[in-house]
Amino acid sequence: MPVTVTIPTALRQYAGGHASITLPAGSAGQILATLREQYPQLGKQLYNDQGALRSFVNVYVGDEDIRHLQGVETPVADGETVSIIPAIAGGVLDGAR
Amino acid sequence: MVRLWFVASTMTRSIASESPDRRATIVDLIGNTPLLRLARIAPDLPQGVTIYAKAEWYNPGGSVKDRPALWMIRDGERRGLLRPGMRIADATSGNTGIAYATLGAALGYPVTLALPANASPERRRILRSLGADLVLTEPLEGMDAAIRKIRELVAARPQLYFYPDQYNNPANPRAHEESTGPEIWAQTGGRVTHFVAALGTSGTFTGVGRFLRAQNPDVRLVAVQPDGPYHALEGVKHMASTALVPGIYDPRLADATLEITSEEAFAMARRLARAEGLMVGVSAAANVAAAVRVAREMRQGMVVTILCDGAAKYLSDRFWEDGDGRDGEGI
Repeated sequence: MPVTVTIPTALRQYAGGHASITLPAGSAGQILATLREQYPQLGKQLYNDQGALRSFVNVYVGDEDIRHLQGVETPVADGETVSIIPAIAGGVLDGAR
Repeated sequence: MVRLWFVASTMTRSIASESPDRRATIVDLIGNTPLLRLARIAPDLPQGVTIYAKAEWYNPGGSVKDRPALWMIRDGERRGLLRPGMRIADATSGNTGIAYATLGAALGYPVTLALPANASPERRRILRSLGADLVLTEPLEGMDAAIRKIRELVAARPQLYFYPDQYNNPANPRAHEESTGPEIWAQTGGRVTHFVAALGTSGTFTGVGRFLRAQNPDVRLVAVQPDGPYHALEGVKHMASTALVPGIYDPRLADATLEITSEEAFAMARRLARAEGLMVGVSAAANVAAAVRVAREMRQGMVVTILCDGAAKYLSDRFWEDGDGRDGEGI
């Protein structure tokens, strides 16, 4: 069972209109890199020119911000969900803390 | 001249606030905010080029949004759309919600707000402390889900709710045409040559722009946008990609549009704090970053922009600790 990546509404236009995309398991960074290869325009929104994830991009594995886990090294197992959460509303899922 | 005006206006404020007969409620404190000169963030500017900014956190709700909120509420009352016993309802996670909650409390209207569930805990606490009812919506859907939710609520019980709909309400830009614009014109003695403001609902840009153009057709109007739809500029919209373009947005008004990245805004927020002693929010910092860019292209003139709010609601953001202390000098 692969990993599900959910895409926020604002970015779906760069992801073929998809609300979610299934990708093979791996680290959060590997999964996002695969996403970036498949959808380069989406990658431009999420990564800076140096190839690092932009500082305000919020990535969750399940209900937890990867910043509180192992960052882009966070392992994501089959069946888990990676969510890219909009930066503007504050970046903390209700009840996640 | 402008500095003298600022000193005079500050004195007037303090004198007026001591009088129990005038400025009796917070509603009377909305507007007439100071116009500050930003001299230290860009010391390389030519001598004849200056940057000024409206300190909108002086409004009682802490942001520029007090102005449109008050105008929309008063307009609703005048047109009979908002009557005693009704609730104010809208979709907003930010300053407009705080403005509604503040004014609702002061004027006796309960307030219901829909906002994404990932709005920061500080923000939810402010809104709840002011007595607002919050309806939390799916974070992935952003503001669009909040807007749909509030429309459902209002449609189900239209007699109960007044829905100001800041994105489509002409009273929003009118607030700026009748208050912010005239203040800028008076405070600069009519010498403003460029006005720079980010587009969110587009109310500030449209209202101030229309007023300044009517006074002087040569005033240049520069709109500010994020560099894409995924950004950290609270309250700012990427018009080219949004599904919900505000009805009040007038695409013909701007002479130019500048894109500011979230990283540039973060750097300018840190720089404003360290070089000017000004703690402002991210969209205010984006406005200043754009104003500096505009000013660097000029030989003579006065650029005016808007400091939408102060930094208090953003203190838990990580960006304050980033950077090398020389932030924004190259912006």
